[in-house]
Amino acid sequence: MEAFLHQIFSGLAAGGIYASVALALVMIYTATHHINFAQGEMAMFATYIGWALIEQVGLPYWVAFFLTIAIAFVAGFTIERIVLRPLADKPVLSIIIAFIGLLVIFNALAGFFFSYTIKAFPSPFPTSPPFGNKFLSWHDLGTVGITVMVLLLLFGFFRFTPLGLAMRAAAFNPESARLVGIRVGLMLALGWGLAASIGGIAGMLVAHVVYLDPNMMSGILLYGFASALLGGIDNPGGAVVGGFIVGVAENLLGAYVIGTELKLSVALVLIIGVLLVRPAGLFGRRLVTRV
Amino acid sequence: MAKLLEVKGLRAGYGPTEVLHGLDFEIEEGGITTILGANGAGKTTTLRAICGMVRVSGQVSLGGQAIAGKATEDIVRLGVAHVPDGRGTFVQLTTEENIRLGAYVRSDKAAVAADMERIYGYFPRLKERREQQAGTLSGGEQQMLAISRALMLSPRLLLLDEPSFGLAPLIVQEIYRILREINRKERVSMLLVEQNAALALDVADHAYLLETGNVVVSGTSDVIKNDETVRRSYLGY
Repeated sequence: MEAFLHQIFSGLAAGGIYASVALALVMIYTATHHINFAQGEMAMFATYIGWALIEQVGLPYWVAFFLTIAIAFVAGFTIERIVLRPLADKPVLSIIIAFIGLLVIFNALAGFFFSYTIKAFPSPFPTSPPFGNKFLSWHDLGTVGITVMVLLLLFGFFRFTPLGLAMRAAAFNPESARLVGIRVGLMLALGWGLAASIGGIAGMLVAHVVYLDPNMMSGILLYGFASALLGGIDNPGGAVVGGFIVGVAENLLGAYVIGTELKLSVALVLIIGVLLVRPAGLFGRRLVTRV
Repeated sequence: MAKLLEVKGLRAGYGPTEVLHGLDFEIEEGGITTILGANGAGKTTTLRAICGMVRVSGQVSLGGQAIAGKATEDIVRLGVAHVPDGRGTFVQLTTEENIRLGAYVRSDKAAVAADMERIYGYFPRLKERREQQAGTLSGGEQQMLAISRALMLSPRLLLLDEPSFGLAPLIVQEIYRILREINRKERVSMLLVEQNAALALDVADHAYLLETGNVVVSGTSDVIKNDETVRRSYLGY
């Protein structure tokens, strides 16, 4: 029983991480209707910047944390302007190739600047187990808390601010958005900036658990995809719930059914299953339109 | 009356195909002007050219300011609202979010709130459906929504692309009654594109007849109504 509980709790902890990666994916999808395959590598690179700020510049953790978020935002914004803007009218395949290019470039750059040696990444939370329990660490709880906070902030931003509404409008119907005076290109770039920031947050939380190296996000990104699809790719709340479901399911299946070696295939099975059975995901809005 | 919009030698097209071959026309401040013509004459393209949605050459000036070649977003900021072909509904957003987006470039919050109530006064059905996903509205309601969104800009010039398209005669009557009322009460200048020539000539003060990208007849609505060619080809009697 205790081993079972342990699996559930470590599943929830991993789920918090998948949820934050899924949030970044949903973010870009909401703003641009693309899935950014380079999201994981961008997050990894942002994490290296955070690491350099803490370990080499010597900044306190939270200063480095927020500075990294800001740097990631500017980088995401700039990448949209420089790399994706020229592809705006091109077929979707060209854009996917650009995503894959970004993935390879960021992976190589990280290796070039920071070497492929595995690095430890600090946690801002106490190391002693909270409330004397042996299942969850403070870092796990902190990860879940930060993810939920980011979700609430995003929800408020998109739902209640004029800028959030304009970003949604620009993604749904660029032509009509221009006709009410929205600068659509700017909105897309802002969306990329936001997604890069969220990715950076996820990366910094993940790195403490899986250790920092240029390939740390490859498996996690797959779980992130599965979470986002399961929850509904256009639904930030769904992505977070999806993250926790995937985290727990992966741990339980890995421990009791298929063994840890095949754990990653759970994500692939989920992705294909969701696309086949319920493409809108658990909470995705199935769009009704009169013609 | 003062000229609100002056167009000289306007050429526009899609890719290598030129659709407008040098149009000249004017819109008077506070009036309703209509552009008539058959399918493919270039009516929609004329509206799209005015607000920078297609590449143009020639002169377009709004209240004396040159706007040809500017980006759509900037032309909108100068007070040109466009009710596009196909209505341009943000189908995923709610009715009220659609309407609120119309005032995106305005910063006078109190006036925006007042305008929203005034527009709900014209279209009470939209108020009933304010929380409903806009894609589920009927065709007529979506047309009303498109007009509302455009009015929320508090525009100097309202461009209307076939507001009667695909709608039942009763709804068309209602929409035209409201458009006329808005024009009279609020002095919003309108440029109306319409296939239904009789309907358009009824509400408009001035009319231009377009044939394959050229203006062939122009004048006040009364003169045009009695023009031999227009009567036979477009009014059918």
